Amino acid sequence: MPSQTMYEKIWSAHVVREETGQPTLIYIDRHLVHEVTSAQAFAGLRANGRKVRRPDLTFAVMDHSVPTTDRSLPILDQAAKAQFAALERNCKENNILLFDMHDRNQGIVHIVGPELGITNPGQTIVCGDSHTSTHGAFGALAFGIGTSEVEHVLATQCLSQFKSKSMLVRVNGQRPQGVTAKDIILAIIGKIGTAGGTGFVIEYAGEGIRKLSMEGRMTVCNMSIEGGARAGMVAPDDTTFAYLEGRPYVSRGKEFQAAVDRWKTFASGPGATYDHTVELNAAEIAPQVTWGTNPGMVTDVTGSVPAPFSFSDSASRESAARALEYMGLKPGTRIADIPIDRVFIGSCTNARIEDLRLAARVLDGKKIASSIKGALAVPGSRRVKAQAEAEGLDKVFRAAGFEWRDAGCSMCLAMNPDVLPSGERCASTSNRNFEGRQGKGGRTHLVSPMMAAAAAVEGHFVDIRKWDLGHVE
Amino acid sequence: MTPFTKLTGIVAPVDRVNVDTDQIIPKQFLKAITREGFGRFLFYDWRYLDGEKPNPDFVLNQPRYHGASILLARTNFGCGSSREHAPWAVLDYGFRAIIAPSYADIFYNNCFKNGILPITLPEEQVDELFRRTRGNDGYELTVDLESQTITEATPVPDGGLKIPFKVDSFRRECLLNGWDDIGLTLRFEDQIAGFEKTHQPNATRYGSLETLSGK
Ligand code: SF4
Repeated sequence: MPSQTMYEKIWSAHVVREETGQPTLIYIDRHLVHEVTSAQAFAGLRANGRKVRRPDLTFAVMDHSVPTTDRSLPILDQAAKAQFAALERNCKENNILLFDMHDRNQGIVHIVGPELGITNPGQTIVCGDSHTSTHGAFGALAFGIGTSEVEHVLATQCLSQFKSKSMLVRVNGQRPQGVTAKDIILAIIGKIGTAGGTGFVIEYAGEGIRKLSMEGRMTVCNMSIEGGARAGMVAPDDTTFAYLEGRPYVSRGKEFQAAVDRWKTFASGPGATYDHTVELNAAEIAPQVTWGTNPGMVTDVTGSVPAPFSFSDSASRESAARALEYMGLKPGTRIADIPIDRVFIGSCTNARIEDLRLAARVLDGKKIASSIKGALAVPGSRRVKAQAEAEGLDKVFRAAGFEWRDAGCSMCLAMNPDVLPSGERCASTSNRNFEGRQGKGGRTHLVSPMMAAAAAVEGHFVDIRKWDLGHVE
Repeated sequence: MTPFTKLTGIVAPVDRVNVDTDQIIPKQFLKAITREGFGRFLFYDWRYLDGEKPNPDFVLNQPRYHGASILLARTNFGCGSSREHAPWAVLDYGFRAIIAPSYADIFYNNCFKNGILPITLPEEQVDELFRRTRGNDGYELTVDLESQTITEATPVPDGGLKIPFKVDSFRRECLLNGWDDIGLTLRFEDQIAGFEKTHQPNATRYGSLETLSGK
């Protein structure tokens, strides 16, 4: 149907039952599970004598609380240990494939799904985690759900959903050197605000998106939820198919060709209309740095910390004032003058191989500034880690003064021992700069991996467009 | 799920926009494997000083709001993570209803699954409720889901406020009856099985999980 959006096409292909005035029952193709949001769901099943309907479509991984240091040592955090044990037991009892913390395929759930080829175009994918939107980069309808819904999917392989509105975000033009997918999505959130996408599914399109690698598209879709949208998606194209080919859960040969032909049909038709459209020019986007306590509080690296009175409404003025107090920043301070205590390169937003390559390119032959108290490089998965090590990237990080860690969520939310100390300021490639997110009292600035690496070297943010790094795609 | 029909209770105002789920319940409390007991940790970082001493400046610690069951909030309440621990904490603390100009999608959805009624009202009406709550000690409202109205329960000088609200009819029905979502869906098991006959989202593995190349 030429006039349907990708969202509408995927939605209609999954309708199990429809009735006016009621939510639609849609079928779920892939259910990803992790330790933090699943235990109560499995307990609910057990209490009601219910079974997991499709263990074969369910994949589990340990990521949020896993240590990123030596895993042969015992886990000291008893609560985390109990949660791991619960996941292990639940998967075993229900015949679900689990990548535990010792598995070579372990990693952050949103990195593992795509890299194993579990994520495919045209699918519906859910997980008890709001950054499930990441998988939309493949042209899938992927969104985060709560634990009650996790239980619902486990029991029925379906979800009752109301249809969302559709938003087209078109990024025209080409981004300059030193500007990455992370800067694009931060600029988009800066423009629409943290609630701008509430009630919408976003489709990202335009040359600025098409030119991105799958890693870059995943970074963009990942942060859709930071703009309030439960899902973000990019139409599948040759970049998508090339990424998927040969991955463990992707078909081969003729079967793969047939799959590609089918996947292509999910792209929005030329006459598709959207409830709302937003346009940006990639050429005008500068490297972005957040200054506040939500991802919409963001500005160019060449800019300054804004004054609360510069905001038009009283609620924004108040929250900006509160944010500056929490962040320990003064209005008018140049972003490039903000000194950094720690650097975190990791998370489901920016810990794929391309992210590590970009950061390593900035770090190559350099050392982190003496004022930096600690710098962590945490690969998003053990596969990413192995790949990076095969390319010698670990040596670059180590030589520069970074700690090279094992895979997991780590300091993105600090459920494991990787915690940002109170009052310290971190350049982080993660996705949330909420109060206390990386540790109580910790101050987070969200940036791209290149910016994080450059800030580690200089001890403060810098306009990396001015650095000569050779050609970076 | 406990049904929600009608509730009269004290209103507690949390006057901040974009309250995220990290604020509602910080990550160190997400390691529990049951649904109970999260109320103690609601708004943890705001509510307590070091050593879990109550922070006298935080609104919920003021005696006049003790026992509150209606939470008055600002725009984009519950943004951030999908953690259902957030509504569990809200509920376990004693809140059964929330009134705000807007909510984040996942949080909003999660509320209904736990018998919490999130009411959306225009900004001006929420402003007015903030004013009245602050101006009257022990200010109480009655929330009636059957008739979808909010009325003032405690006599106030210019009382007699009556605010209609709207909730999606299906969600309302579920809350009023305390229906179990999964039970509802399982009535259509045959239809699900029928759908699976033509729609086959099989997750077949073709390559090795032991090698990087997948070959
Ligand atoms: S890396 Fe951070 S945002 Fe991503 S799944 Fe883990 S905790 Fe959530």
